[in-house]
Amino acid sequence: MISDETRKRFDELVKRYPEKRSALIPILHEVQAEVGYLSPEAIAWVAAYLTLSPADVMSVASFYDMLHLEPVGKHMIYACHNLTCSLLGAERLIRHLEDRLGIRMGETTPDGLISLKRMECLASCGTAPAIQIDGVYYERVTPQKLDELLEKLRNGRLQGSRT
Amino acid sequence: MAYEKILTRYRDLPNYTGTIDEYITQGGYQALPKALREFQPADLIEIVKRSGLRGRGGAGFPCGVKWGFTPKDSPKPKYLVCNCDESEPGTFKDRMLIEEEPHQLIEGLIISSYAIGCRLAFIYCRGEFVSGAQVLERALREAYGRGYLGTNILGSGFDLDVHVHRGAGAYICGEETGLLESLEGKRGQPRMKPPFPAISGLYRSPTVVNNVETLSNIPHIVLRGAEWYAGIGPPKSAGPRLFSVSGHVERPGNYELPMSITLRELIFDHAGGIPNGRRLKAVIPGGSSAPVLTEQHLDVPMDFESLAAAGSMGGSGGVIVMDDTVCMVRVGEIVSRFYHHESCGQCTQCREGTAWLHKVLRRIEHGQGRKEDLDLLLDMCDNMKGKTICVLSDAAAMPIESYLKHFREEFEIHIRERACPFEGKGAF
Ligand SMILES: Cc1cc2nc3c(=O)[nH]c(=O)nc-3n(C[C@H](O)[C@H](O)[C@H](O)COP(=O)(O)O)c2cc1C
Ligand code: SF4
Ligand code: FES
Repeated sequence: MISDETRKRFDELVKRYPEKRSALIPILHEVQAEVGYLSPEAIAWVAAYLTLSPADVMSVASFYDMLHLEPVGKHMIYACHNLTCSLLGAERLIRHLEDRLGIRMGETTPDGLISLKRMECLASCGTAPAIQIDGVYYERVTPQKLDELLEKLRNGRLQGSRT
Repeated sequence: MAYEKILTRYRDLPNYTGTIDEYITQGGYQALPKALREFQPADLIEIVKRSGLRGRGGAGFPCGVKWGFTPKDSPKPKYLVCNCDESEPGTFKDRMLIEEEPHQLIEGLIISSYAIGCRLAFIYCRGEFVSGAQVLERALREAYGRGYLGTNILGSGFDLDVHVHRGAGAYICGEETGLLESLEGKRGQPRMKPPFPAISGLYRSPTVVNNVETLSNIPHIVLRGAEWYAGIGPPKSAGPRLFSVSGHVERPGNYELPMSITLRELIFDHAGGIPNGRRLKAVIPGGSSAPVLTEQHLDVPMDFESLAAAGSMGGSGGVIVMDDTVCMVRVGEIVSRFYHHESCGQCTQCREGTAWLHKVLRRIEHGQGRKEDLDLLLDMCDNMKGKTICVLSDAAAMPIESYLKHFREEFEIHIRERACPFEGKGAF
């Protein structure tokens, strides 16, 4: 499931830390990027790799908003709904996103392309409202700008690191 | 007299991209050799104490004093962890510092590690800082390449390795013991204190946790001296501070200023005032955990003591400005939703309290509030404070109390009229 190359990177990563368990979250990030989400098999692989129990790894993964235990779309859109973004139109933007994609926040388009997720403050309040697509920030987002971004995303012309 | 910027001076340089060569051209990496050659670690702790530098992460704890709490002759290794979790709503300065001037932080981190006797340090970035973490990793490689990191740094005999570690989306990992748990590969649930991290932190070893901005000050203090630094701003809140100003202002952004600056000067002179001819209604001066202030507080200086005396706090330096179209009940609903979502759930008062606060504020905002709800809210807030493993619970309660204190009538109108008076015309 995990390529030899990735596994070798993990072998290096683990050496950074006095206790190898510290590499768990960085490894989960990478496995998620490679597999698409943290499937039971992915969790089992990571658990075996770090000699932890799958339940233990699962419990850690479930704590963090960016780690997905259910399948998600190829692209992930995070929309900030915290205070400053809300003051500057985040809810309107979120409704616009939902309308355009025909799904609600927390859902994935039926073709499996795009998932939407509400996020807390993204440390981008000075350029609110802010969203992230595949780990890249887009700031002072307007409905019009959003349409352009979605168009590019559908055409595979949007750069992202998908983590 | 115009204030001369220190931490963000680079912002006035055209085309500055924060590479190691640019940083060095601007006087960077001069403090490091000076620290290693001229000072013993204990001298540096003294200098930082004398400078009056206080933590910029939220609590404002004196930095040198915290360093001094780590045991001198520890049989265990000591760790320095840089807190780059920056998740306090309204705060966006650490992201700027790591993306634009990463070497200032790295130089500060190396000097600080030398001062406390650390040979392995981590920069814990919030998971969403994908590109920020990449910038830091590139900068670390540059620093290794020049011999500022690794073994026998600049011939001093001092060794240090630094790694970037990314979290995965959880506000509570900004709390220092939640951060350490997360860095150990666990759920980010805060630890009971004492013992404090200085005695038993990462891997149960003595650990110092410092914010990005705090550490970014260190090279300047070493280079220009504790007395110079202590002379900037009010005596008990020395040095520059980055204020992240957002919301209803003409020019949102990060402003580096001494803490003697008043809220009025910050909002109206620097950030350009309130747009669209609107009036200021409310301002949160230190991130969403800070109690709200109003027009009557505009002449309060932004130092730790003055803000506390005004009933709020300096917190993270995130200044959220709201004009008179903003519904404070809705603000309460949003802020309480956040703390409810982020409570790690270990303590009953926090887990249940944040859930109830959000539920009650939500029903008031949506026209289903009851007369008893305001006293109920205050009662719940009271129950949430001072009783939990970490202060997230207090941070959830204090803002709500302050909204009720300054805007009680607005809450009463919602309940009396069974509707939000701002519905359809407000900012949201
Ligand atoms: C709920 C909570 C969240 C926090 N979030 C952050 C954060 O994102 N960044 C930060 O530097 N400090 C944060 N802190 C403060 C840290 O616990 C700690 O005091 C700080 O990192 C110490 O560094 P300093 O002394 O340099 O400020 C938070 C505290 C609490 C209680
Ligand atoms: S106060 Fe809240 S966030 Fe802090 S440890 Fe307790 S439950 Fe967790
Ligand atoms: S409130 Fe949205 S980025 Fe801070």
